[in-house]
Amino acid sequence: MSDVALDIHPDAAPAAPPTGGGTEVIYRHRLVVRITHWINVICITLLLMTGLQIFNAHPMLYWGQYGADADPPVFGMTASHGHGYTQIGDQQIDTTGVLGLSGGEVRGFPGWVTWPSHRNLALGRSWHFFMAWLFVINGLIYLISGAINGHFKRDLAPTRAQLRPSHIWRDIVDHIRLKHPVGEEAKSFNVLQKFAYLSVVFILLPGMVLTGLTMSPGFDAFCPLLLTLFGGRQSARTLHFVFANLIVLFVIVHVVEVIIAGAFNEIGSMITGRYTIKTGDHA
Amino acid sequence: MTATFNRRGLIGAGAAGLGGLLLSGCDRLAMAPQAINIVRSAQHLTFGAQRAILAGQPLAREYKASDLSPVFKANGSLHPGGDAYAALLENNFADWALTIDGLVNTPLKLSLAQIKALPSRTQITRHDCVEGWSAIGGWTGVQLGGLLAKAGLAPTARYVVFHCADNLGGTSDDSGLYYESIDLFDAFHPQTILAYAMNGQPLTVPHGAPLRLRVERQLGYKQAKYIMRIEVADRMDHLGGGKGGFWEDRGYDWYGGI
Repeated sequence: MSDVALDIHPDAAPAAPPTGGGTEVIYRHRLVVRITHWINVICITLLLMTGLQIFNAHPMLYWGQYGADADPPVFGMTASHGHGYTQIGDQQIDTTGVLGLSGGEVRGFPGWVTWPSHRNLALGRSWHFFMAWLFVINGLIYLISGAINGHFKRDLAPTRAQLRPSHIWRDIVDHIRLKHPVGEEAKSFNVLQKFAYLSVVFILLPGMVLTGLTMSPGFDAFCPLLLTLFGGRQSARTLHFVFANLIVLFVIVHVVEVIIAGAFNEIGSMITGRYTIKTGDHA
Repeated sequence: MTATFNRRGLIGAGAAGLGGLLLSGCDRLAMAPQAINIVRSAQHLTFGAQRAILAGQPLAREYKASDLSPVFKANGSLHPGGDAYAALLENNFADWALTIDGLVNTPLKLSLAQIKALPSRTQITRHDCVEGWSAIGGWTGVQLGGLLAKAGLAPTARYVVFHCADNLGGTSDDSGLYYESIDLFDAFHPQTILAYAMNGQPLTVPHGAPLRLRVERQLGYKQAKYIMRIEVADRMDHLGGGKGGFWEDRGYDWYGGI
């Protein structure tokens, strides 16, 4: 099997001449990228749902080394007199039915986003740490293979031309107008896409692992530097939550873009590796 | 109730039905005994990995007096109750004595005054609850390793079990009594102490008077309060639910380092 991404797939139909409304099939995603992508989907979904289960055990976030009932939270959920409230700094919003109180029960996040749906911290933790190990091993396979086979350098690093402010600006405008590239340009990721993937791969996901480890008293004894880096165990817990939210935001934008760009072609390419592009002029 | 069907109602009911189906399907997987066995197996990986990185026995971070939590949250049992404990408390624990027995050469019985007369260690550390919150407190007590050395361990000794006065399970028999256990690796760590004072004051009842465990590289539920007896053992399956601790018997990991 050809293992060169963004190359014309050997089995693909001969490329149509680059005029008119023809199509061309390229080999876009390597096998290792496809497998690690879908394992990651499972890991992140379950890490998120079990994470919310764990969060619900104490639905308050603090900043600093310590933080408990008597300390002022930066974010959290409470319930009183049959209402659920979400607290952000000094502001309190009534979020009855979703946050603070749902299904007639006092709980941070509702049952339909936690794993399991009912309150069970012990089980949520068991699932969370199992998935965390799977996520880390899967992530390391992706990172090491990407560094060795040139995936990061060739596919994710922006080119010099892409980094020109005028190009970035054009890409922003194209995104707002939901215009997708065709022809040669469609063969590589656009610059905003590259920024998004790079920040998820190299900042958000490692950030999740590091802030998660900072919450471990055992790991802190081994690496107290993490406590200094994140400003304490409670700050790390808050950042763990913020990063998780940014990942959810990325996933929403990612899925919307997949749908806009053509769900069948996009999802298909992450399964088979083959991606169909329109050739020729901007049709 | 009138049965009026319209498209929106049907779609809504369909979505709710599908959502319910998905939810129960998720829960069936989350609760499946085979699945639970598989995900729980990861705790051995976590335990092994942490033991590897902690092989040099580094200390947990110690904080300054200015870092202390203004209020240190008391959790779990706040008072053991019962006549026996009440009598001990009334006498300011003058009649209390700590028993150290099991797989030791010389069983010990130490009064609170005898324990306080031993060399002490004071440490300001962070207490991390499994629920997610943290509190910083100062603890003074005697190193567990020194007491164990004084009693002398039998060659088969592997675990140190803490038998407590509080019945957190709320049962009428002893099945709800709190207990905890650690292994010798953590028992002989310099910061593993039996604390009788907190923030310079004698330990209060909500925080575990007269004596509680501090095992600083693990979570809050490992920090047994109201210790009455310390048993050195080679296994844990004959105690309580057999998992080595009150919360362990209720699904939590025995190794509480994460």
